[in-house]
Amino acid sequence: MRWPISVFVLVVLVAGMLLSPHSLGQSEAPPASATPPPVSGYHYQSEQEQQLQDDSFANPGLLWVDQGRSLFNRATEAPSCASCHETAGTFQHTATTFPKWHAPSIQLFNLERQINHCRTTRQALDPLPYESDALLGLSAYVANLAKGNRWQVNFAAPQLQPHLQAGRRYYYTRRGQLNLACHHCHELNPGRMLRGDRLSQGHSNGYPAYKLEWQTVGSLHRRLRDCDVGVRAEPFPAGSTQYLDLELYLAWRAQGLEIETPAVRR
Amino acid sequence: MWKTRIAAPDQAKVGESIEIRTLIAHPMESGFRLDSVGQPIPRDIITSVVCTYAGREVFRAQLQPAIAANPYLSFFVTATVTGTLQLTWTDQHGQQAHAEHQLQVTK
Repeated sequence: MRWPISVFVLVVLVAGMLLSPHSLGQSEAPPASATPPPVSGYHYQSEQEQQLQDDSFANPGLLWVDQGRSLFNRATEAPSCASCHETAGTFQHTATTFPKWHAPSIQLFNLERQINHCRTTRQALDPLPYESDALLGLSAYVANLAKGNRWQVNFAAPQLQPHLQAGRRYYYTRRGQLNLACHHCHELNPGRMLRGDRLSQGHSNGYPAYKLEWQTVGSLHRRLRDCDVGVRAEPFPAGSTQYLDLELYLAWRAQGLEIETPAVRR
Repeated sequence: MWKTRIAAPDQAKVGESIEIRTLIAHPMESGFRLDSVGQPIPRDIITSVVCTYAGREVFRAQLQPAIAANPYLSFFVTATVTGTLQLTWTDQHGQQAHAEHQLQVTK
């Protein structure tokens, strides 16, 4: 028996709605998790890269975690981070709550922005530039404390909605000379080869991560800049509103995945 | 100074072969790359790694520009006496980084 064409049209429409950037209405709370089930970038790496990440000594990202730990406990110029935050107990899971809404300054905070906010308001120190070893160290250390935990962001919070929408819009917007959206690589083609590299689902659960390509630890925003340069678009500065919104949307997409910082990625 | 890591057993029996693992954060800039405006990036590498055990040199490595950033080295040493394993990395400018590990040797 042949299926009536109307059934086919309906299936296409439903599929289109599921993939459509506009299916998330203004007032509608986002669904519990992205579809299909998220798979960590870890599973798209070679066996050697996975071993390097799992090695609790040789993972080069741990050099930054070590540095972050000593900065966290250092009290030479100002009260140390550790004097407010105890690393045992609740602070251990702090990284799982980012990006979060920071009510006093009415803006979205990721871990890096929170660290610099603490430095300027609590420690009377200068903010650290993005991609400086000190900021990478501190954020890698704090994220590493939460390793093995899942994101605890309350994605239904009303203040986050405009940012989640904007991040989602970014994710589905074609950009650059190659005219590609994040979605084209990381939702439609994960597992397939892009020249010498295997496309992953593009989850953010390992950042700050050690990239073999960079031979150093880098932030998520550096990775996002690389993606934008890759499609020959003008990248935004690290720490920009656009990337913060996207970071929030990526955290929403990666719900259910464990934090792996410092991950090792090609 | 550069960040370093060293891992070795705390205790060993006389005659036992123990693994020493070392890691150091260093760009290992080869000198063959160009920057964004086409100027060569000057070479900046670690040239030697030396390990002494209870004051005696037991391992020495010479590093070359082809070694990747953040060099990881692991090697084996035979445990003989209780003492300090001392690692010294030296770069091309003579700058040094040190790391130590105490080894307890029992019969």
